[in-house]
Amino acid sequence: MEEVPHDCPGADSAQAGRGASCQGCPNQRLCASGAGAAADPAIEEIKEKMKTVKHKILVLSGKGGVGKSTFSAHLAHGLAEDENTQVALLDIDICGPSIPKIMGLEGEQVHQSGSGWSPVFLEDNLGVMSVGFLLSSPDDAVIWRGPKKNGMIKQFLRDVDWGEVDYLIVDTPPGTSDEHLSVVQYLAAAHIDGAVIITTPQEVSLQDVRKEISFCHKVKLPIIGVVENMSGFICPKCQKESQIFPPTTGGAEAMCQDLKIPLLGKVPLDPRIGGPRSAWAPSRVAPGAPSTV
Amino acid sequence: PGNLASVRHIILVLSGKGGVGKSTISTELALALRHAGKKVGILDVDLCGPSIPRMLRVQGRAVHQGDSGWVPVFVDREQSISLVSVGFLLEQPDEALVWRGPRKNALIKQFVSDVAWGQLDYLVVDTPPGTSDEHMAVVDALRPYSPLGALVVTTPQAVSVGDVRRELTFCRKVGLRVIGLVENMSGFVCPHCSECTNVFSKGGGEELARHAGVPFLGSVPLDPELTRSLEDGRDFIQDFPDSPAFPALSSIAQKILSETPVGLS
Repeated sequence: MEEVPHDCPGADSAQAGRGASCQGCPNQRLCASGAGAAADPAIEEIKEKMKTVKHKILVLSGKGGVGKSTFSAHLAHGLAEDENTQVALLDIDICGPSIPKIMGLEGEQVHQSGSGWSPVFLEDNLGVMSVGFLLSSPDDAVIWRGPKKNGMIKQFLRDVDWGEVDYLIVDTPPGTSDEHLSVVQYLAAAHIDGAVIITTPQEVSLQDVRKEISFCHKVKLPIIGVVENMSGFICPKCQKESQIFPPTTGGAEAMCQDLKIPLLGKVPLDPRIGGPRSAWAPSRVAPGAPSTV
Repeated sequence: PGNLASVRHIILVLSGKGGVGKSTISTELALALRHAGKKVGILDVDLCGPSIPRMLRVQGRAVHQGDSGWVPVFVDREQSISLVSVGFLLEQPDEALVWRGPRKNALIKQFVSDVAWGQLDYLVVDTPPGTSDEHMAVVDALRPYSPLGALVVTTPQAVSVGDVRRELTFCRKVGLRVIGLVENMSGFVCPHCSECTNVFSKGGGEELARHAGVPFLGSVPLDPELTRSLEDGRDFIQDFPDSPAFPALSSIAQKILSETPVGLS
């Protein structure tokens, strides 16, 4: 396991070595908002690298298990249906990288070339990168503290040879922590179009999603809109609808109205999506996001 | 010595995967243990997404300083369930705790060492998804108290099992015994026609338990009444003993109780 000092704020951070004083420090809020990391040279390098990437979209939630990776994958497939659109899908869930499995790319390896790491190409116009491709076994655990995860994300943004890309979709883990701060900071100079926020209808999800929305406001990340996933279930036998995750407080619709954020769409629970890859319905699942972008 | 000195058994609820029901299982386990006459504490170390206060209808309450440390929030008048969560420290419920690892680690250490838990039969520790700062911090902080082990929660489908395999490796690496694996969201029985649909696929949890050589504790099906109970902070174990989810939840509690008979310290 990684032996990083407990009070280290991050080896890559401009605050390196000042960690012990972070507790109760009046600058703490400043560090959390990312201003302290502005000195990192990687930010300029990433800005250069991102010049060939037209649009960058983060897929966030705050809540786990709502379908961020599923949505990211469907969005990527949907955008790549036009073979003239170059799409890149970056999975920055370092501990729980789901994208390789969802895209049917388990076991693929990443290659080094002169111009950097090559993403794994599912189609000619759809490239994917995930820490999953760097692990040798499905049982391997990535037991990393924040600073090491941040380093990986920096490498993904700076060292992957994405080439000319129309859309870079970034799938994130749940939460509002290292990965989220890092991706926003490292892309600070490169301009992120915005975030699509995924939720499920029930309050236990919305509770976390409101925090994620608050995070977006804090770091000045524009919100493209919210997608309500697992919104109702149609029984395949009797065709009647049930609410497995009831919208006890009005669901995403009420939250979006309340917070004045666009609701991009509602996606029902479909057992085929949870199962094998055979059931792609990209244009059904991702109606709002491409047109909004 | 320390604030966990009078806590008899510590159980961590882990997954690796988000949204599989760790907080749900933690809450239901606490309620079931209470119904078995036990005193239970819940430590919620999900700092970014603290779900448990709402599940026990104590959102908006506050943690106070006492003589021997922070006093946990009591969920009931009998003080049979106590809870500590970062949710109680936030000024606004929608406030995001945008903290990097080291600051999260520091708070988790405080939750373990500075809370006056008092005498408890069980301390259930709910965790966020992943294998990172929070998990390492809480395992390190609890190590001197020899936790009973970990309950690992998955859902049936491959994308969950994929993450949970890695969590089992984490348990092995940090020397945390796996009490057993629970497969949650295991099928949905249509209330209109009683047809059972495997909404999140089928069988992955049991197969994983077999592959990893850990006990399989059971499958908990999807029950909207369970979801609703958690949303409203109701006692599902008391209110819905006829639910299809009840037998599996009950058997998880039974497993814990059978491993920790009264009289053995």
